[in-house]
Amino acid sequence: MDIHEYQAKELLAKFGVPIARGGLAYSPEQATYRASELGGTVVVKAQIHSGARGKAGGVKVCKSEKEIEEAAEFMLGRKLVTHQTGPSGKLVSRLYIEEATNIDREIYLGFVMDRASERIVVVASAAGGMDIEEISATQPDTIIRVSVDPAVGMQQFQARELAFGLGVDPDIVNKIVPAIMGCYRAFRDLDAMMVEINPLVITKEKQVLALDAKMSFDDNALFRRPHIAELRDKSQEDPRETYASDRGLAYVGLDGDIGCIVNGAGLAMATLDMIKLAGGEPANFLDIGGGASPERVTKSFKAVLRDRNVKAILVNVFAGINRCDWVAKGVVDAVKELEITMPIVVRLAGTNVEEGRKIIDNSGLTVISAETLADAAKQAVEAAKKA
Amino acid sequence: MAIFINEKTPILIQGFTGRIGTFHAQEMIDYGSNVVGGVTPGKGGTSHLGRPVFNTVKGAVDETGAEASIVFVPPPFAADAIMEAADAGIKYCVCITDGIPAQDMIRVKRYMRRYKKEGRMILTGPNCAGTISPGKAMLGIMPGHIYLPGRVGIVGRSGTLGYEAAEQMKALGIGVSTSVGIGGDPINGSSHRDVLEHFENDPDTDAVLMIGEIGGPQEAEAGLFAKEHMKKPVVAYIAGLSAPKGRRMGHAGAIVSAFGESAAEKVEILKGCGVTIAPTPSEMGSTVAQVIGRLKKVA
Repeated sequence: MDIHEYQAKELLAKFGVPIARGGLAYSPEQATYRASELGGTVVVKAQIHSGARGKAGGVKVCKSEKEIEEAAEFMLGRKLVTHQTGPSGKLVSRLYIEEATNIDREIYLGFVMDRASERIVVVASAAGGMDIEEISATQPDTIIRVSVDPAVGMQQFQARELAFGLGVDPDIVNKIVPAIMGCYRAFRDLDAMMVEINPLVITKEKQVLALDAKMSFDDNALFRRPHIAELRDKSQEDPRETYASDRGLAYVGLDGDIGCIVNGAGLAMATLDMIKLAGGEPANFLDIGGGASPERVTKSFKAVLRDRNVKAILVNVFAGINRCDWVAKGVVDAVKELEITMPIVVRLAGTNVEEGRKIIDNSGLTVISAETLADAAKQAVEAAKKA
Repeated sequence: MAIFINEKTPILIQGFTGRIGTFHAQEMIDYGSNVVGGVTPGKGGTSHLGRPVFNTVKGAVDETGAEASIVFVPPPFAADAIMEAADAGIKYCVCITDGIPAQDMIRVKRYMRRYKKEGRMILTGPNCAGTISPGKAMLGIMPGHIYLPGRVGIVGRSGTLGYEAAEQMKALGIGVSTSVGIGGDPINGSSHRDVLEHFENDPDTDAVLMIGEIGGPQEAEAGLFAKEHMKKPVVAYIAGLSAPKGRRMGHAGAIVSAFGESAAEKVEILKGCGVTIAPTPSEMGSTVAQVIGRLKKVA
């Protein structure tokens, strides 16, 4: 789960990470009021779940009330498009008004769950301000990495190694170390998957500040972090995905026209691959879980049909413990209940597959049954092209 | 032989008396697995499905001599259950539970390193369908009847995609020595590479089918192992060729976040390591058939 910059900063500040003063605004009027509280030059920052906001017009330095109002008018209600948001962009409904800083140096600081070493790894670079992919590509020598032993956690000396490695003055090292340790403790204590401070700045007044902050959390750990779960902002999600995830379905919206309902994540990915290979474009990824009860099948159809681009639906279920005849009955009932008229291709495999196919074929519905995965993909692609 | 489990392996069920534990324990017993008992804290001394229930894994191991266990414990308590098994001297543990926090798994992996490598418990999963040595024993939640006993090993992240492979192979008359699910989580007990090593050392396995997916470094690492340390041929399918970057595809670990983690990149790396690629998921069985056909010609 992702959160906004201002939320990440509030969390990190509690762990001793220094941040600039700032406040939240939902309207141009609130924006100017916040700015008057702060005094002086401010930065108006659109709060969306994406980096690279500056290039999309989502960050503006403002010197007067008029500039603040104009910036707020421009950003609020607008969908900002960055390389991370996809073509439809993300809606701005909150602004963060922050006091401006005199930047002397920018540093990159990132904390990730490293899958190769199965540890939290801290990455720092003196080339702050660019994203990490860019730094890896253009200035890989500036990257310093430290790996945290999970038995004892991050140690002060590791933070010092990073700070000295960045080539900053000794008095600044003493200010960066608590910031690094604070980020680490926030990562560990809040079950984060990623913390990124880009940039961490050293100001002309020799202060250290987290100027931007991104945090992402482990969905599997939200049950024990209710105050993090509360920070979810559904307006930043694909509405198709919000609908499905609120109903316990693993759904990812894609751009094609063939809706997919599959049990198991691996089989679902394989089904999308088969559709592509057959010359079609899937509209979604959807894993209904190992079982495929009639209730879940009905919910899945509802989720898939919310996407107006869907022209045909491919159901692919490998029924093991749950027999095919039971799954087939669930599919037929759902199609009848929801009065679906678009072509549906059903491919069943596993236990009692013959009985399952008979139920599909004798249902009197416009449901096509397919024998193999390849055949199912081919039929679904043809059906979508005709529709 | 097979790897990890056979018809004699004494098995313990952790989370025995719950609804899911009960259902799958019965399926395993019906398949012929040697289930000797189970653990549910607080229900020790009672009996369930005709087997004794214990409060602790240690108590169960002392009484029954259990060597393998399967964990059906809910996510908040699953890491604890795995560590309890490791400490009680269980040799092989399968964790079925989906939804364990990643930091809990990091702690589990670190904890297991307290034990010397020779005596250390082998963990597969979490978030997997388990392990089956067809015709011998099932330690998982798969439909046992789709697997034909034979001499090809399967290792994969996904449950149902593994079933798909087993059924395709069965249709072609190809049997399985052992099928191992390593699960879809980013931090898991055993990697593809770890399981390949066991298959390489198993006299009853001739070839291995590896079913991978997007995300993480494990498929590439396994390819390198196959190239440098394996005599047996490896066939691989990598799911997620059409998955967009940065999106989590169902499994917690199925997300492309770094270079080399996409399906296309993994396929290229594996090809470079001499691994035979099944080009589509409907050709997993036929690709395995070609590879073992070549083996027979050589012999």
